[in-house]
Amino acid sequence: MDICSMTALELGKRIRQRELSAVEAAEACLARIEAVEPVINGFVTIDAEGALARAREVQKGIDDGIFTGPLAGVPVAVKDNLCTKGVLTTCGSKMLGNFRPTFSAEAVRNLEKAGAVVIGKTNMDEFAMGSTTETSYYGATKNPWDPGHVPGGSSGGSCAAVAANECPFALGSDTGGSIRQPSSFCGVIGIKPTYGTVSRYGLVAYGSSLDQVGPVARSVSDCAAVLEAIASHDKKDSTSIRREDDDFTGALVDEVKGMRIGIPKDYFGEGLDREVKDQILHAVNVLEEKGALVEEFDLSLVQYAIPAYYVIASAEASSNLSRFDGVKYGYRAENYDGLHNMYKMTRSEGFGAEVKRRIMLGSFVLSSGYYDAYYLKALRTKALIKRAFDSAFARFDIIVAPAAPTTAPELGKSLIDPLKMYLGDIYTVSVNLAGLPGITVPVGQDAKGLPVGMQLIGDCFAENKIIRAAYAFEQTRKYEAPGLCSDRIDAAAGESFDREGGR
Amino acid sequence: MAKQYETVIGLEVHVELATKTKIFCACSTEFGGAPNTHTCPVCTGMPGSLPVLNKQVVEYAIAIGLAVNCEITSVCKFDRKNYFYPDNPQNYQISQLYLPIARDGYVEIESGGAKKKVRIHEMHMEEDAGKLVHDEWDDTSIVDFNRSGVPLVEIVSEPDMRSADEVLAYLEKLRMIIQYLGASDCKLQEGSMRADVNLSVREQGSDKLGTRTEMKNLNSFKAIARAIEGERQRQIELLEGGKPVIQETRRWDDNKEYSYAMRSKEDAKDYRYFPEPDLVPVVIDDAWIHRIKARQPEFQDEKILRYREEFGLPEYDAQIITSSRRMAELFEKAAYLCGKPKKVSNWLMVETLRLLKEHGMEPEEIRFSPENLAKLVNLADTGSINSSVAKEVFEKMFGEDIDPESYVNEHGLMTVNDEGELHAVLKKVIADNSQAVSDYRGGKKKALGALVGQTMKVMKGKADPGQVNQRLKDLLG
Repeated sequence: MDICSMTALELGKRIRQRELSAVEAAEACLARIEAVEPVINGFVTIDAEGALARAREVQKGIDDGIFTGPLAGVPVAVKDNLCTKGVLTTCGSKMLGNFRPTFSAEAVRNLEKAGAVVIGKTNMDEFAMGSTTETSYYGATKNPWDPGHVPGGSSGGSCAAVAANECPFALGSDTGGSIRQPSSFCGVIGIKPTYGTVSRYGLVAYGSSLDQVGPVARSVSDCAAVLEAIASHDKKDSTSIRREDDDFTGALVDEVKGMRIGIPKDYFGEGLDREVKDQILHAVNVLEEKGALVEEFDLSLVQYAIPAYYVIASAEASSNLSRFDGVKYGYRAENYDGLHNMYKMTRSEGFGAEVKRRIMLGSFVLSSGYYDAYYLKALRTKALIKRAFDSAFARFDIIVAPAAPTTAPELGKSLIDPLKMYLGDIYTVSVNLAGLPGITVPVGQDAKGLPVGMQLIGDCFAENKIIRAAYAFEQTRKYEAPGLCSDRIDAAAGESFDREGGR
Repeated sequence: MAKQYETVIGLEVHVELATKTKIFCACSTEFGGAPNTHTCPVCTGMPGSLPVLNKQVVEYAIAIGLAVNCEITSVCKFDRKNYFYPDNPQNYQISQLYLPIARDGYVEIESGGAKKKVRIHEMHMEEDAGKLVHDEWDDTSIVDFNRSGVPLVEIVSEPDMRSADEVLAYLEKLRMIIQYLGASDCKLQEGSMRADVNLSVREQGSDKLGTRTEMKNLNSFKAIARAIEGERQRQIELLEGGKPVIQETRRWDDNKEYSYAMRSKEDAKDYRYFPEPDLVPVVIDDAWIHRIKARQPEFQDEKILRYREEFGLPEYDAQIITSSRRMAELFEKAAYLCGKPKKVSNWLMVETLRLLKEHGMEPEEIRFSPENLAKLVNLADTGSINSSVAKEVFEKMFGEDIDPESYVNEHGLMTVNDEGELHAVLKKVIADNSQAVSDYRGGKKKALGALVGQTMKVMKGKADPGQVNQRLKDLLG
């Protein structure tokens, strides 16, 4: 019985049936983590002690009939920008290298209420700014399919950990594609819910109007079950929405007959890798054969999504990250002269290059004289993009899109040209700007053996449609785990240890 | 002839609202707690925390907005004002710039016998900052976040005031309106009301505004008056000397009676305002406005009118009594209880104000109840106690809110109306003071006073001095 390759629901079922205990599940994950982390580096913090204590407590709760749900006793990894009470929450930054929150994020609390066991905190691009998990202060995470490639980002740690069987599921966050794109690169399933579905309380903010917490797992069913557990109306988050239709597992039906699927031509033209395109269109054919009605259409405004996104997200980030100043918590420069110098040195030393770039960009677009030209214009663009989706959803139940123009790039190739990296977000950022739900499901591999994912986009509150379509497709294709072939692991492990030493 | 100058003043007034909890979290707003005891992740700016708007803040803001004749914004929003300072835990303040809750109002003031309207440009809601404490010994600063997140409204006037008197009248008016609403105690010393003064001067008759300065750190009405005079003089001297006034923020030092330019770095700021994404717009519909309108108290102007008509009070009395909500309440209740409004008014106008002044208290701090005041008025008015006893009892009541009736009984202070006893005492006083008696009879009318005093002394104050006076005159006739 290989505990580590089980889905969350399968594992939860066996724990409920007393075939194995929550402690055994946690121990198995921790052992797997120990084995593969030298290659993957998916975690910033592995809380073995806390996880085992919690697993014992949960097992008692299961025995006492307190925890009866599908996730009771199931280990979970949590992205390091979600606050976990008493456990380091670094956001992948030197700035928060010593930060232990006094409270847990609402999404984490909801999982704990369901009896899940947090085993650690996953690596991420610093403050979720990046598409490769290479901007983390704690070293890059490697793609389990090929450690020479990135896992995507910013939830690269969560997606890699799930793909590498270090945990059955994980939480990520998605501001411009940070769940859907790395899920695609790692061959796993990830959902970015409708804005307001999962409380943002305790999620360290990047772009507040775009941020959503969501699940990453190895099956659509797991994702639906986890989303059901973490979605809640939270009075502590004013943008949280009370939803009546939160029976996401009810959407796990293998039936797409009559479902209207829109293919935006603008998403399948120039710039999209041939192999990625073919794999996705093949998956669309599969759905069509199952009875879905497929039609191409012009979504329009696609070229405006990236500039609008980077203006809005950076503007909000420049303000959200201003609280990291060395006064109250986190990193403070050692040798400084007076208050202003302390601010400058702390922030110069504490933040990495990508974060500084976005803080500067965001500060610039909000400056007097530029506000109207950039920020206001971006807000208007955002509204127009929402309208374009509204009219698309008047015709279609779901929209199919790539999650990224290519499969996972090689390590070290993306940060050289940030603008090119930003352009890679073209298929994901609109969904955040419009507040829509999106899911990524693996559909195949390219010639290099790297996974290709397909993104399904729904109208606001229409998670059930994208979950149903993803589930129906999943029934036609067995989940594939990465080989993690041993010589690759050994070679990469040596390299990784060198990096550790130099850090 | 020397040039005549006109002073042009606009005010930015911050008022701390009297909510029990902070504007964006459930922490207490109570003043004077041990440092950082009224704090939580939200008001200390912890990562991951989010603000949730306190509805009572909006209710108070609407009530104030209506009372100062503003238009209430039906969909108002919050914005972030970004600046780095350690008393500001997030390094941005949640405030309102683009769509403030209220706009385009006015209040009517009276100054130097003339009435005028001071227009209000806008009023917005925002959060207060924490407090920095500098440790001289250690050369460090420490910060107390108890005040961080206490709700404020900022009321921005148009540059409609022309003198310190008008400014004070405007502030008094605002303070009174807000106190009547119970929306704040408006204490300048404790900082629950703070005013920044924007001032410029121009040649009399000119309709062009001069360059203005903004003055901060004004924490009493007197300081405001002195600062206005000081700044006016400073600007006139600059202009007379051919130098320009520089637009800047200045800090008033009331001890030195001089203002200092704050460093331009602190002053010339780009706050990079943008809409607060963590809060949803506040939708204020007509029904909500109507509910608040229906709850609005009777304000001073209406009260003055009613006191004159209903109670027949002179305008002067009505003006003074209604200048505090507490006094007005005391007056009305006591007047209804004893049915003698003018007498009640006298007690408030004379003895109450005297004792308040003596104890350095505000009218809002009066402790005695209208019931006890009514009883005292009755005791004095029916002659059950004489006026000097009444004053003594009042003083006791002012301090401890004693029941005057039981107090008078317990201490045997009732005026003696026993003719026999008084007659005997008078006889004895006349017999014992032959010198005074003969002086009086010899034409020294003043000598009678000594005899009245002696009688009162023997009677231990329980006689009516007027009656004693008359009886003595009769006896010595």
